[in-house]
Amino acid sequence: MNAANRITFGKLAVVAVAMFGFGFALVPFYKKICEVTGINDLQKADAVVNTQVDKSRTLVLELDANLRNDLPWEFRPLERSVRVHPGQLAQVVFEVRNKSTAPVAGQAIPSYGPQLAGQYFRKLDCFCFAKQELGAGEIRRMPVTFVVHPDLPADVNTVTLSYTFFRIEGPTRPDAASAAPAARRG
Amino acid sequence: MEAVHGHADDHDHAHDHPSGLTRWLTTTNHKDIGTLYLWFSFAMFITGGLLAMGIRAELFQPGMQLWNPEFFNQLTTMHGLIMVFGAIMPAFVGFANWQIPMMIGASDMAFARMNNFSFWLLPPAAALLVVSFFVPGGATGAGWTLYAPLSVQQGMGMDLAIFAIHIMGASSIMGSINIITTILNMRAPGMTLMKMPLFVWTWLITAYLLIAVMPVLAGAVTMLLTDRHFDTHFFNAAGGGDPVLYQHVFWFFGHPEVYIMILPAFGIVSQVIPAFARKPLFGYSSMVYATASIAILSFIVWAHHMFTTGMPAAGQLFFMYATMLIAVPTGVKVFNWVATMWRGSMTFETPMLFAVGFIFVFTMGGFTGLILSVTPVDIQLQDTYYVVAHFHYVLVAGSLFAIFSGIYFWLPKWTGHMVDERLGKAHFWCSMIFFNLTFFVMHFLGLAGMPRRIPDYSTQFADFNAIASVGAFGFGLSQLIFLAAVIKCIRGGEKAPAKPWEGADSLEWTLPSPAPYHSFETPPVVK
Repeated sequence: MNAANRITFGKLAVVAVAMFGFGFALVPFYKKICEVTGINDLQKADAVVNTQVDKSRTLVLELDANLRNDLPWEFRPLERSVRVHPGQLAQVVFEVRNKSTAPVAGQAIPSYGPQLAGQYFRKLDCFCFAKQELGAGEIRRMPVTFVVHPDLPADVNTVTLSYTFFRIEGPTRPDAASAAPAARRG
Repeated sequence: MEAVHGHADDHDHAHDHPSGLTRWLTTTNHKDIGTLYLWFSFAMFITGGLLAMGIRAELFQPGMQLWNPEFFNQLTTMHGLIMVFGAIMPAFVGFANWQIPMMIGASDMAFARMNNFSFWLLPPAAALLVVSFFVPGGATGAGWTLYAPLSVQQGMGMDLAIFAIHIMGASSIMGSINIITTILNMRAPGMTLMKMPLFVWTWLITAYLLIAVMPVLAGAVTMLLTDRHFDTHFFNAAGGGDPVLYQHVFWFFGHPEVYIMILPAFGIVSQVIPAFARKPLFGYSSMVYATASIAILSFIVWAHHMFTTGMPAAGQLFFMYATMLIAVPTGVKVFNWVATMWRGSMTFETPMLFAVGFIFVFTMGGFTGLILSVTPVDIQLQDTYYVVAHFHYVLVAGSLFAIFSGIYFWLPKWTGHMVDERLGKAHFWCSMIFFNLTFFVMHFLGLAGMPRRIPDYSTQFADFNAIASVGAFGFGLSQLIFLAAVIKCIRGGEKAPAKPWEGADSLEWTLPSPAPYHSFETPPVVK
């Protein structure tokens, strides 16, 4: 009888120890399950999805760049046109080069074609928000980050976004070092 | 306590026992150890009850009345831990020690010394829990579930709770191994498994559950401990861990745990009902299979405690349907109890009152459980007083009422005296009325959106909370009647015959009352 008891004890003790191990085995098991099924990928932060994008419409956005007041610059968009969905966060880049041997400051003014499209442009960031001052021979790439609001009238399929740089008179600092942070941002 | 065995000792001429405290420290007798377990459980029941009184006193009126929020959280946490691990579980182990050897015709438990050790691990564990109130930062306030990340951040009270759980887990596992070995190897000749009293069956299955899940809890709190002090990152998201993982590991233990606390209660009720209906238990084998089904299903439903953690719909559906499935074997049991009473010659002595009360109120708790298993409903009711009402209906009106029923049922066998029926009935009716006064209104509070574990509440909840607090204090005071009834029964009273209940038929009733200190040294033969 005692021997039988001892055998039962042994078996049950093994089960108890195995279940202690099972508790720890749940850790890799849990991670594997999450990984395989994609339930909860522990390696990646949750991606934020923009649900406001109207995928049914595609807008052609033509980009245009102009200079006034004999600004000794070269100014152009990196892409002539881009295709965006209303509601989609998009970014375009313009490049400007100062051809002169002195620092020059300018301010960009936007215009839209058709004009009513302007009110549907939500710009999060634009080089037109601030005065741009370029050192001698400096080249700068500048972004415009924007969302076209989905309320844009349905008959508007092509929008032209045009920027014109005007020379700004004023105290131009002799060293272009102060413009360096702005250059890095661009 | 001495008086319990005052008579029993006279029967034992074989050898001397140490007396006084040494007797209880060194005893290997299953009856002594059963008594120790039951008194320990009662002491913890009073301790946990006092904490509950603290909670209800604070919630009697809206606004901050008595405690600061941190201490309130400590009260709810320790109330839960002490009631689950200190009161309910040891009470059932006490029953197992007293009854299982007598019911299967064995002379004692299989491992008598280990039995002593299993019990004497409990008082130090309880001391750790109580002492944790007095360390810097106080006891843990993370809730009895000890969810990470809060449990990773708290003070040393949390460490004491972790150690207490380790010790109580070790005690439970040893106790379970002992019980299984006793049942499997030491039954009287002729006592086949399917002839065992249902209480023995439910404990056999419960012991298997304990061996399967207590080590998992030990693992979970060990991970907490190493996260806290040894720079592991099981649950720390900043280190690549996941706090939700803790909930999975905890509830893998936690759901079988709630059945660990109810299956022996089913067993007790299945002994009491046939005795007072004077009919054999209806559907004995279906009872056994239903108990086993509940135990097996308990392993695949744990995530219904976690519907709001962001599970995929497929997971929510699986756990919802699996949970609902448990209503089937549970329904079989309730049906069988009612069918046992059907056309029986029933009398309503105190044990029967508690057993019938159990069926009535436990079934209500079962139904609210079914409601909570519905995922969209659960998402609304998660962490509200509806959940508090639900689990107190199954744990107080379920487990605790069954424990009372069992105590009143077997006290004549244990002490040799009949229980004072007047006190017993007063205890039953006070408990029943005050229990419902306390917890029934909590359903309304929960449905109206009152969150649990919060010391203050909006004034619209004031009336129901006042009712619940009055009920809770009444329920607490009612337990003094129980203590009086038990002490009176130990001290004396009407002499109990060997079989005081007409319809009772298991082996312990063939022994004289009180049961001799050593019983069934020659195993009886069961036909």
